[in-house]
Amino acid sequence: MDIFLQQIVNGLVQGSIYALVALGYTMVYGIMGLINFAHGEVVMIGTLVTITVAGSLIKAGMPVALAGLAGLSASVLVCMALGWGLERIAYRPLRNAPRLTPLITAIGMSIVLQNLAMMIWGRNYLTFPALLPKINFEVAGAHFTFIQVVIVLVSAATMGGLLALIYRTKLGMAMRATAQNPAVASLMGVNINRVIAAAFVIGSALGALAGVMVGTYYEIAHYQMGFMLGLKAFTAAVLGGIGNLAGAMLGGLLLGLIEALGAGYIGDLTGGFLGSHYQDIFAFIVLIVVLMFKPSGLFGEKTGDRA
Amino acid sequence: MNKWLNPRSAFGIALITIALLGLPFVAAMGGQAWVRILDFAILYVFLALGLNIVVGFAGLLDLGYIAFYAVGAYTWALLASPHFGLHLPIWAILPIGAGLACIAGVLLGSPTLKLRGDYLAIVTLGFGEIVRIFMNNLNAPINITNGPQGITLIDPVTIGGLKFSGNTQLFGLTLSGPMKYYYLLVALAILVIIINLRLQHSRIGRAWQAIREDEIAAKAVGINTRNIKLLAFAMGASFGGIAGGVFAAMQGFVSPESFSLMESIMILAMVVLGGMGHIPGVILGAVLLSILPEVLRYGVGPAQMALFGKMLVDPESLRMLVFGLALVLVMRFKPAGLWPSPERKRELSEAAK
Repeated sequence: MDIFLQQIVNGLVQGSIYALVALGYTMVYGIMGLINFAHGEVVMIGTLVTITVAGSLIKAGMPVALAGLAGLSASVLVCMALGWGLERIAYRPLRNAPRLTPLITAIGMSIVLQNLAMMIWGRNYLTFPALLPKINFEVAGAHFTFIQVVIVLVSAATMGGLLALIYRTKLGMAMRATAQNPAVASLMGVNINRVIAAAFVIGSALGALAGVMVGTYYEIAHYQMGFMLGLKAFTAAVLGGIGNLAGAMLGGLLLGLIEALGAGYIGDLTGGFLGSHYQDIFAFIVLIVVLMFKPSGLFGEKTGDRA
Repeated sequence: MNKWLNPRSAFGIALITIALLGLPFVAAMGGQAWVRILDFAILYVFLALGLNIVVGFAGLLDLGYIAFYAVGAYTWALLASPHFGLHLPIWAILPIGAGLACIAGVLLGSPTLKLRGDYLAIVTLGFGEIVRIFMNNLNAPINITNGPQGITLIDPVTIGGLKFSGNTQLFGLTLSGPMKYYYLLVALAILVIIINLRLQHSRIGRAWQAIREDEIAAKAVGINTRNIKLLAFAMGASFGGIAGGVFAAMQGFVSPESFSLMESIMILAMVVLGGMGHIPGVILGAVLLSILPEVLRYGVGPAQMALFGKMLVDPESLRMLVFGLALVLVMRFKPAGLWPSPERKRELSEAAK
């Protein structure tokens, strides 16, 4: 039983990180109908910027909490600028191009960002500075750390804030209108270009936050870390129904839980035949099964015929 | 068939034949490494044309194509290496590899028939990852794939006593291993091009096109969309399987690392960058994208030395950076690909009006 609780805790933590990254994919998809393949690299850059900024500030003698905040804000700002730049360079000029064209530019940008990061930060694994104190808790046999609590709480608060932004503000209304019908929205006086840029910028800010969380949680970072994280988060977004904000959040949590429970129990289930290194398979198997029965994801609306 | 008898096109074909035959000797002047680069360019032509059936003809966005290539490569590796002590001949392995890849294609295709566009893309991507993860981990409890270390000492291709590794003397010419593979690959690629050309305007090809343009309408006019879509997956997969087999034999070594998602994406990029659904365009895309990183590999370092007098940045990452930028720029200025089919070009310019 305590394994079960333990894996639930781990799954929730991992799931909230997935959810934050998945929101970046789903916002862009909801508004423009395209996969921003470079989003994972944005998250990676977010993590690495924090390492540089927070790490050097701590070395310079600044209090850890302040340095952490400075690192976080720096990475959010850098990622927002990056998201904005991505949209301008790789997506805006191609808005009326065939559907696969922006996919290739996104892949191109992803390669560019990865190699830029390798030039700046090198090929080696980097240690993420310890920004939060290491305190352990134990509830009903499940161990968890202060870091895990912070990750879950901060991502829940951020998601709440995002929902408020989308459903309570004028910008949010403009975004929803653009997602429904860009042409009509622009006739009603919505500045489509600004709305799309805002979706990229907000999504990238969430990505930066997620990047800092990943760094704090795993304590290491690498220029290739964005790829798998982005892939999983995208899977989560599709699982929940891509284009749907609540779907991305739930999809992320669900994916985290499935992975954690799967990794915890696969050995017992298969009599030791398959070990926990098959963890990554769960995400994809669940995805395939869900899509077989619900082709537009768990909470997705029926998508049109775009291929 | 009259067009084949036309003296002008006959002359063109003769020129292309001579160029294809002579190319490896020209490349060999720069060293055998360049012949190997040529080999891979043609292998990628082969793969891109296989994927073109799925993505270009039938309009099914497949991001897990490399899985079939992997199935083919591992089939060859397991059936012709000391790993299991099996050494089957090429005539047995290639059909088995193609068959297994074809089954994998149908396995992937059948549950995904209902999915469209991006949902299909992510499921195929997941499938590719599943295959790779299995290859990485199927070394315990029974050692099948030898895990991340991969399988070594794979037999080279042997046809009628002619071994494809090492040098052979023929009519006073020395043919190196990579050169022999070059001719084998060219022969295979020509076969695939012919199959592609014949398929394109066949009944099946037109059915694929109908599904690509509008699946519901295609169903309404009596096309069995399920079977036709499965056929696209199966055919694309079989070509991937054959290419994988030749790859394993040529390398003598396979490991899961060669079958990452990035490879799938690269092949897709070749198809899209060249001009989706247009055979000459796809060939151009495959050749360009496979040669460009190699040219950059040899060009970027010396260029830096000449410009700045020292190595400012790691040439390996610089070349990939330039490569990524090239992808972005080409798509930015040629959204339909470098060499799109005339119909597609027309559709796009009409849509822009």
